[in-house]
Amino acid sequence: MHRILLCAVALAMAMPAAQAQESLPQMRDELKKLQQRIDELEGRVKDAESTATQAATQASSRPQAESALNPGVSVILNGVYANLSRDPATYRINGFVPTMGDVAPPTRGFSLGESELAFMANIDHMFRGTLIGSISPDNDSIGVEEGYIQTIGLSHGFTIKAGRFFSAIGYQNQIHAHAWDFTDAPLAMRVFLGGQLNEDGIQFRWVAPTELYWDLGTELGRGRAFPASLSESGKNGAGSLNFFTHVGGDIGQSIAWQTGLSHLRTNPRERTFDDPTAGVSDSFNGTSRLWVASGILKWSPNGNPTYNNLKLQGEYFRRKEDGTLVFDSPGAALANGYDSRQSGWYAQGVYQFLPTWRAGYRYDRLDSGAVSIDTSASGLTAADFPILAGYKPKKHSLMVDWSPSEFSRIRLQYARDYSRMGQPDNQVFLQYIVSLGAHGAHTF
Amino acid sequence: MKTALKVLLASFAAALAWPALAALNVFACEPEWAALAQELGGDKVSVFSAVTPLQDPHRLEARPSLISRMRGADLVICSGSELEIGWLPLLFTQSGNDRIQPGSPGYIEASQFVVKLEIPKVVDRALGDIHPSGNPHIHLDPRNIAKVGDVVTERFVEIDARDADYYRSRAEDFNKRWEQAMQKWRQEAQPLKGMPIVVYHKDMSYFINWASMREAGSLEPKPGIPPTPTHLAELVERMKRSPAKAVVYSPYNNPGAAQFLSQRANIPIVPLPFTVGGTPKAKDLFGLFDDTIERLVAANK
Ligand SMILES: [Zn+2]
Repeated sequence: MHRILLCAVALAMAMPAAQAQESLPQMRDELKKLQQRIDELEGRVKDAESTATQAATQASSRPQAESALNPGVSVILNGVYANLSRDPATYRINGFVPTMGDVAPPTRGFSLGESELAFMANIDHMFRGTLIGSISPDNDSIGVEEGYIQTIGLSHGFTIKAGRFFSAIGYQNQIHAHAWDFTDAPLAMRVFLGGQLNEDGIQFRWVAPTELYWDLGTELGRGRAFPASLSESGKNGAGSLNFFTHVGGDIGQSIAWQTGLSHLRTNPRERTFDDPTAGVSDSFNGTSRLWVASGILKWSPNGNPTYNNLKLQGEYFRRKEDGTLVFDSPGAALANGYDSRQSGWYAQGVYQFLPTWRAGYRYDRLDSGAVSIDTSASGLTAADFPILAGYKPKKHSLMVDWSPSEFSRIRLQYARDYSRMGQPDNQVFLQYIVSLGAHGAHTF
Repeated sequence: MKTALKVLLASFAAALAWPALAALNVFACEPEWAALAQELGGDKVSVFSAVTPLQDPHRLEARPSLISRMRGADLVICSGSELEIGWLPLLFTQSGNDRIQPGSPGYIEASQFVVKLEIPKVVDRALGDIHPSGNPHIHLDPRNIAKVGDVVTERFVEIDARDADYYRSRAEDFNKRWEQAMQKWRQEAQPLKGMPIVVYHKDMSYFINWASMREAGSLEPKPGIPPTPTHLAELVERMKRSPAKAVVYSPYNNPGAAQFLSQRANIPIVPLPFTVGGTPKAKDLFGLFDDTIERLVAANK
């Protein structure tokens, strides 16, 4: 800018003396024109400067986006204070396996829940990669909760996922615990999916070319986790097979819904469980077939959930297992015939009554159903398997949570849990869940 | 009962029907881009908008119906700059559609084609849910509409080369009308120069910049954080000292906080269309700017 000014001054001074003889008004006119030209140039320089700074800031801020070369990184921290009227070490869901530590609530008092560390990015035009590690505070171990690649380069509605991922069985199983509406998993997820089922395997999914959402898919897994169980040597091929389908759509602008049906087949080998009442460890060999039906409905005025919204969710589980039940498998190892048909469901509703406040209620119900144990060869009686005695556990849960922003949530939950036969447990949880780093997208 | 079943089956069959195959399927995240695609694509395109004027583009649900729409899309147009980060990435990964993935010709991130405002120097969530790569609500500067329009036409031609001439002539026609409208709006918006307004969210910044207005405050204490009583009280105090000419809000905002400020500080409240379809008059992009300017000029008197 200074240079322009200097030039202009020099130019004005260098005007030949002869011209000075010309009339003064004419010179003034010339000067005025020159001044105008300077102003214009100055304006242009200013524009160019601001555009340049803007471009520079824009460029320097680019790496913040996940689309830049660095993967998106996010951390989830969560902590719980639990007040339980009964010792969680004795926890069991009567009539069902798994038992104790596998399904129990967190310890009494303060505890740091599992922290989660997630990395995700598009790998190239074909694949997207996701790695989600969970850091467990008690045994100082890092587990891989999910670690998979997923196609983004296929067309016609096909997607393939490979690695370790939460199975698309039911509805809530695919959602990470920090995005759940209650502190703990529904009872049905604990007894039918061992809490939350993540398989090592491959998933094929196809979305139909219809206006109504409709997908079909299958998962072939190793069978690493409950309800499957591997014998020590494992096996070639697939140890678990899951088929699933979902249908979903909108009703007007305010309601969106989705229903799903899935079927999981596994062949557990030496699937062990502790029977706390009998004080022994038993195991199961055979086949396990699980059906899950799920439904979810979300309402918000005109489809804008910012102020008020309602979410209704329910799942029904039904499992048929038959094979051999081995009593005291590490010791006496007495084999018995086993055949069971068990079921369970939960239904919950969560209402956001103010922009940052929600309240919800969940009802859990299980039915240990028809269990027949053929003890003719072992000389035992059904009473030797007290955990499997007929029972219908239930649970009421109430929660209220406050989310000052999309990245933090504080929740208070009260539950009365009738999982132990004749010993209701009053449970109070106070929990925080926060997320740092990349903004994750929320599954429907 | 039987008829009910028949109706149910018939509606199921209708819902299952294939979407129109003849036209280019355009999936716009926001109504303004749907309107732009419609202007430029005419009857060669079938346009769908994910967000309605009454919905908050920051907080949409990745509903199953949107995945279906995304699966059949030939072109996706979104504001980008993390505006749709809570739902759009899921639609990309779930749709099984390689034509519209980011980086392919079938995806337009509109905000990458304009000069962005409010690029934060410090990216810290303590400052609210800020958009790290700048303010994404770019469509309320009419010059940006023209810039994005050129990109849309370019992509139409690339994806559907057969109808290239059709798209080019529509673009020429649209640009001519838009240029004239912009000159008219420049004139009409003259009185808005320097006018201080209170916004709800920082979604009016590009308009404020274009019309050389002044943002005197926002109802949200920090971007994306709902208005709090303390912040509103503070704002009322500030307005008593130096009053704004209007408090404005968009159709997806709850007018409660705006009404509170309007009453306490005695400032007129002005609902703005924000996007196409936001008010009855804002039925297309031209109407959007006509109505926005008209409402603000009326409040400024
Ligand atoms: Zn915003």
